[in-house]
Amino acid sequence: MYAYDELDRTLINERVSEFRDQVKRRLSGELTEDEFKMLRLQNGVYLQLHAYMFRVAIPYGTLSSEQLRRMAHVARKYDRGYGHFTTRQNIQFNWIKLAELPDALADLADVGIHAMQTSGNNTRNVTSDQWAGVAPGEIEDPRIWSELLRQYTTLHPEFSFLPRKFKFAITASDHDRAAIKVHDIGLRLYRNAAGETGFEVLVGGGLGRTPFIGKTIKPFVHGHDLLSYVEAILRVYNQYGRRDNIYKARIKILVHELGIEKFAREVEEEWLQMRDSALQIDDSVIEDIRSRFSYPTYEKLPHMPDELKKAAHDPHFEAWRKNSTFPHKVPGYAIAVLSLKPVGGPPGDATADQMDAIADLADRYSFGEIRVGHEQNLALPHVARRDLPALWKALDRIGVATPNVNLVSDIIACPGLDYCSLANARSIPIAQELTRRFANHDTANLIGRLHINISGCINACGHHHVGHIGILGVEKNGEEFYQITIGGRADEKAEVGTLIGPAVPYGDVADVIEDIVEAYLALRARPDELFIDAVKRLGVEPFRERVYATR
Amino acid sequence: MTSPLQQKIKISGPSVITANRTWDGIVIWRTAAKGWSAELSDAAIVRTADEARALLAESVADDVGAIGAYIAPVEIRDSGKIKPGNLREHIRSAGVTIDLPVPA
Repeated sequence: MYAYDELDRTLINERVSEFRDQVKRRLSGELTEDEFKMLRLQNGVYLQLHAYMFRVAIPYGTLSSEQLRRMAHVARKYDRGYGHFTTRQNIQFNWIKLAELPDALADLADVGIHAMQTSGNNTRNVTSDQWAGVAPGEIEDPRIWSELLRQYTTLHPEFSFLPRKFKFAITASDHDRAAIKVHDIGLRLYRNAAGETGFEVLVGGGLGRTPFIGKTIKPFVHGHDLLSYVEAILRVYNQYGRRDNIYKARIKILVHELGIEKFAREVEEEWLQMRDSALQIDDSVIEDIRSRFSYPTYEKLPHMPDELKKAAHDPHFEAWRKNSTFPHKVPGYAIAVLSLKPVGGPPGDATADQMDAIADLADRYSFGEIRVGHEQNLALPHVARRDLPALWKALDRIGVATPNVNLVSDIIACPGLDYCSLANARSIPIAQELTRRFANHDTANLIGRLHINISGCINACGHHHVGHIGILGVEKNGEEFYQITIGGRADEKAEVGTLIGPAVPYGDVADVIEDIVEAYLALRARPDELFIDAVKRLGVEPFRERVYATR
Repeated sequence: MTSPLQQKIKISGPSVITANRTWDGIVIWRTAAKGWSAELSDAAIVRTADEARALLAESVADDVGAIGAYIAPVEIRDSGKIKPGNLREHIRSAGVTIDLPVPA
């Protein structure tokens, strides 16, 4: 956990007071909606179909039990008793009243939570690997650098009026769980041949209507140069990024139009002018941030305790353990992923009661810490393996132990047309139907790892481009249709999926996905060839043929 | 962004003006009595571009009471009942098409 200092607390509290005054002036008519809109957006307040939506940041996906309880409180007191975890380590409340928002913000501020820059044309919540600090083989905890960037970019005047929104993601593991290649700036912390740690910097990744995989702009940047280098990127973007066309305003378009070489030269030129300035980070700054992260005092525990051996006889527990627990850097401990994808449920939603119960379980079994992943699941990052059976029983009771993590029913989905004012088509009912079709755990295991991502419009909040199977809702003559892509992925081998053919109507989507999965099962070279690898080997044609032969 | 009043208005059938209420964001419709209602059945119906433009202008002028006013299509059933004219408006009017995690 990271402990905010006095400066952070003052900043957050001042922001609440400022927003309270802005809301008061808006409701009295002193501020028009045109004047107020940017102010509310910079505090994470959108207007959706039925109500205001309030987006709250969970920096680098780390939450304390106290913070999660406070979110439950906000859900219960100001909303309709639940919240929605997003693909960018935020939580959204869908039914909040503008008049009550300042009180909700104040309640969150008490526990160091805020909504600053969760919308608007500024740097957004800095995201990271949800297993940061506990993943085996990690170079170092990437949240230290995420926090540095969070502090530096928050309310930075030069980054507050960018051509368009700007997103950072950081990983420090070989396996990328933070989807860094589809962010405006992706940072991969690694150790070079000389044994020094630093960052590979990627730029220009992003999804939306024009998807691009990020390109390496600089293969190695020392940590003490990180701020000056990213500032150089942002300055070039700020100078050349298009403000005349919202669809061409993201940095990915600038990088694409200039070409990575020319863009890199511009950045290098800018960087050389400021590299040795005050932006050079002193080790003491990093150490200060590092010292504000607290880490558990782990016990020395056996890898295979008696409790685990005994529980292994229960097939339901074993199914969950094999699917939803992952190796921890400390022997005797595990990372437990809590699936927010129950059969028939909206992906990523958690009720206030579930949040409270998870917070209690985090206190009991995970040193009071919870993580939020971009796949819209939660995790308890420090669970003693001896406690897994007891934890599983408790998670199962509250409905967050569906053993489907990374399987076909672990679907990423945006809120879609049920909530979102931008959407063209619904996402959640499609996800719900698919979870029902693939509810059988044996079938899901037979299929193996398969990520389905659903977006209700081209803005791609459901990351459909990088789903192994991507589903994009479009509107045709007033009807919902869905384009299907396959072969996308968001990890270190990130790729944009390929469209398999004409869009299909709402009622056909689940059948089409079943056809694709059946084709994969028939065509895979061996049982352990993953769907994504089979698509890479075979191309889209056999899947296209299977889907459209009878349609 | 272009003001709704500056946009070209084209309507192909009966329409209403809808918006969200400023203080709480709920869906509302402009009434013939120059007010707002949370019931679609209370909405004033317009049938021509000129009528729509006039009602929209009056709606947009109430910047304190409502936010994001726009013209939305409706269907008038034989019974006289007003129904939303497309899926988006149906969802705005009737609510989400899924069961909420917690009963509303």
